[in-house]
Amino acid sequence: MNPFYSGTRLRDMIRAIRACKTAAEERAVIRKECAAIRASIDENDHDYRHRNLAKLMFIHMLGYPTHFGQMECLKLIASAGFPEKRIGYLGLMLLLDERQEVLMLVTNSLKQDLNHSNQYIVGLALCALGNICSAEMARDLAPEVERLLQFRDPNIRKKAALCSIRIIRKVPDLAENFVNPAASLLKEKHHGVMITGVQLCTELCKHSSEALEYFRKKSTEAMVKTLKDLVNSPYAPEYDIAGITDPFLHIRMLRFLRVLGQGDADASDCMNDILAQVATKTESNKNSGNAILYECVETIMSIEDSGGLRVLAINILGRFLSNRDNNIRYVALNMLMKAITVDAQAVQRHRTTILECVKDSDASIRKRALDLVYLLVNESNVKPLTKELIDFLEVADQEFKGDLTAKICSIVAKYSPEKIWYIDQMLKVLSEAGNFVKDEVWHALIVVISNASDLHGYTVRTLYRAFQRSSEQQESLLRVAVWCTGEYGDMLVNNIGMLDIEDPIVVTESDAVDVAETAIKRLGSDLTTKAMGMIALLKLSSRFPSCSERINNSIVQYKGSLVLELQQRSIEFNSIIASHQKMRSVLVERMPVLDEATFIGKRAGSMTGSASTSNAAAINLPNGVSKSSAPLVDLLDLSSDDVPVPSSSGGGFIQDLLGLDLSAAPEKSGSNPTPISGADVLLDLLSIGTSPPAQSTASATDILSNQEKSPTSQLDGLSSLSSLSANKPSAAVSSPTIDLLGGLSPNLASEDENGSVYPSIVAYESGSLRITFDFSKTAGSPQTTLILATFKNLSPNSYTDFIFQAAVPKFLQLHLDSASASTLPGSGNGSITQHLRVTNSQYGKKHLVMRLRIAYKVDDKDVLEEGQVSNFPRNL
Amino acid sequence: MIRFILLQNRQGKTRLAKYYVPLEESEKHKVEYEVHRLVVNRDPKFTNFVEFRTHKVIYRRYAGLFFSLCVDITDNELAYLECIHLFVEILDHFFSNVCELDLVFNFHKVYLILDEFILAGELQETSKKAIIERMGELEKLE
Repeated sequence: MNPFYSGTRLRDMIRAIRACKTAAEERAVIRKECAAIRASIDENDHDYRHRNLAKLMFIHMLGYPTHFGQMECLKLIASAGFPEKRIGYLGLMLLLDERQEVLMLVTNSLKQDLNHSNQYIVGLALCALGNICSAEMARDLAPEVERLLQFRDPNIRKKAALCSIRIIRKVPDLAENFVNPAASLLKEKHHGVMITGVQLCTELCKHSSEALEYFRKKSTEAMVKTLKDLVNSPYAPEYDIAGITDPFLHIRMLRFLRVLGQGDADASDCMNDILAQVATKTESNKNSGNAILYECVETIMSIEDSGGLRVLAINILGRFLSNRDNNIRYVALNMLMKAITVDAQAVQRHRTTILECVKDSDASIRKRALDLVYLLVNESNVKPLTKELIDFLEVADQEFKGDLTAKICSIVAKYSPEKIWYIDQMLKVLSEAGNFVKDEVWHALIVVISNASDLHGYTVRTLYRAFQRSSEQQESLLRVAVWCTGEYGDMLVNNIGMLDIEDPIVVTESDAVDVAETAIKRLGSDLTTKAMGMIALLKLSSRFPSCSERINNSIVQYKGSLVLELQQRSIEFNSIIASHQKMRSVLVERMPVLDEATFIGKRAGSMTGSASTSNAAAINLPNGVSKSSAPLVDLLDLSSDDVPVPSSSGGGFIQDLLGLDLSAAPEKSGSNPTPISGADVLLDLLSIGTSPPAQSTASATDILSNQEKSPTSQLDGLSSLSSLSANKPSAAVSSPTIDLLGGLSPNLASEDENGSVYPSIVAYESGSLRITFDFSKTAGSPQTTLILATFKNLSPNSYTDFIFQAAVPKFLQLHLDSASASTLPGSGNGSITQHLRVTNSQYGKKHLVMRLRIAYKVDDKDVLEEGQVSNFPRNL
Repeated sequence: MIRFILLQNRQGKTRLAKYYVPLEESEKHKVEYEVHRLVVNRDPKFTNFVEFRTHKVIYRRYAGLFFSLCVDITDNELAYLECIHLFVEILDHFFSNVCELDLVFNFHKVYLILDEFILAGELQETSKKAIIERMGELEKLE
């Protein structure tokens, strides 16, 4: 006997542990006990093995490591007596799980015990197997379990049935072996066997469609009859729960019927009567009865259509909703979510009750109810529902506001009947919970505001009021207010565009400037807000010349800002105000109307888009805020390095840059035929083509919008802005463009003949220059044409710094590879080649058309040639 | 299907933990800690159902003890609530007026009762009488 082994009893150990005052004391006691148990294990002490393991289980429950006891479990299981086996199996289930390799060692003992003559020992083995069996054990022991399904003692049969469930879950292939014995369990009278049998059959149906077919044919009627007997059974004290005989069995049977009836009209028909009976006769004043009703409703909703039953079911849920028990209301909401796909009209009837649940104090009920309300909204009820939800927003918990706000915004955007209503609701949401509003949402709001030209004045005044009212500033409210004040400040001050419903307000020019200043000075404002504030100030300086001085002073303060973005803006804007008075009014003109359709398309594109990060980043900044003033060269490199995917928004980036906005064109092509004739488009294109730098610093929304406006004035403004942002206020616009395009590095390549099926054309010919195009198609994409452009110099002088540019209308996408060289020798003695790839989104409907611009130097003199190509083969 | 059953007191001491899905020891402790935190401070007026990761926990409080079942999201909450109550009634009957100390000192018996009530995460027997009788038979064999 080990001298250290005190031999305390289990009860004494528990007492000793409970008597511990501190965690350290407890650890000391456990350490001592564990040492003793280890010693005892080392001595292979048979007498105490049983007690040791019991102690270890308790120690394990307290969270201490007990792996050294695992082998003891196996030894106990292997011993002969029932009490040893019992504690051994208990330890096995507690200390081990299916992933431990030790478990493999027990398979053999399990097999022996499953075949043991003592049915209690068989029961122990089944129980262990059911709780921890692994896939390998399942395969090894499935035949034993299958046999035990027919064992004479019902206690073994029910355990074997549940064991089979575990086996099928681990190894679904074994399902078919269990179908026949499982079917015979359904005929049993013993409730325990019956309920386990039903559960086994349900599980089998889940894993095997043959089993499902089999049970549908053979067991549906029998199951209906059994359920009927159970429903009509007299009082049975053994199974009675609150006046109902065995609600658990009811529920399992209803669930099984649901599996059988789903997708099968005959089976569904067969169970109609009994479902109606359960739905109408079950007592609903106790939880057990409601549990049955709940299961019954779910079954009715899932099986094949029978209108009458569904009305019954939804009425039950309606009763549930007005129940005072939260649990009942919760399950009702849960079920209504499912019911709404089946019968939305019936669910609508309970709308007011559901709306009340949104205001419940219990978060889980609120969440369910909100989800449900969201599904219930349609054009006809959007106004009252939104009003209720927004009213509730004021009093909702902080943690619920995020969810609620997102849902309201989504509802308002989806169902708004008119713009003024949309704007009103969004402003309410922004003032209540602006901090919870996502960026896309307020971006969308700005797009809508910009489009509602008759509401500009109304919106900016309402925003001003909301801004004045809100005590704790909501960031996104502030941003929208600042943007609108910058754009429509004059309307705010002069009360332009008053609607009948408005009260006039008196706002001075300096009040309006205050709004923008607040945005910059407020402590909590982030960079975007501050930057937007800066732009608003700049805009106001032009709208309100009298405040110009004051604005300049406050802008100048940020010249020394450590934040680069603010510093740069401050310097640039200061120089605009101070030294470019003439240009300023043009520069800060009101933003052109943002194109809604494009914005939505972009959003969809950037959400699903593959290579759209650049785009998404651009969309984030609708007010001339460009966080990365990325050098243009980089952007143009994009075009030569990246292969644009046709119609992906990522590929559209460079076209965006050129103001072509091609990425949206394929989506819109069906509904929105290009309203402008080709030539005009081309003219536009070239004028836009001169100012790519402008668009890179200007906002993306700006780029999105240049569909229906006169480009010139805006472009002038933008391009000068861009050169400003490069800190070169007086740089000419055209020269950087060409420089930048020159960044496409040229290299030499040999000329080769193109054997395409399309005739080559002379795309352009002047006295000194000839350009020929050779065409080919790649297999599988007929809309994409590869063009090999060959340039020949017919004059005696050689050309240097040769640059070829091309522009196409919106329905085309153009990708230019770099040219083979930049020097073109004279007298036709050599050529430059360049590959172009054109993707025609209107392939088959429209033909290719292209505008060219060629720049080069002869004797250090710049020469510029332009031309249009309209003689493309018709079927490209 | 029942994923696990926990029986915890107000202080978070686990009195019974039965897992029907394999979890690492560390994960089990985390689960026990999280479930305790979820249920212990919940307003008694709230539902007895709490979402827990991708499942839900059905719990019920008896004096200082919380009985929590973690079940699949599609399972019938009300039925499991009834199931907890039945288990408590069985314990009450077996220990005649059960209290926390009974469960501490006879923890192995509690596990044995549970094994007669639930197996492989599914209900095995719904009759209190049958389970008590079965326990009686098994005790005789000790």
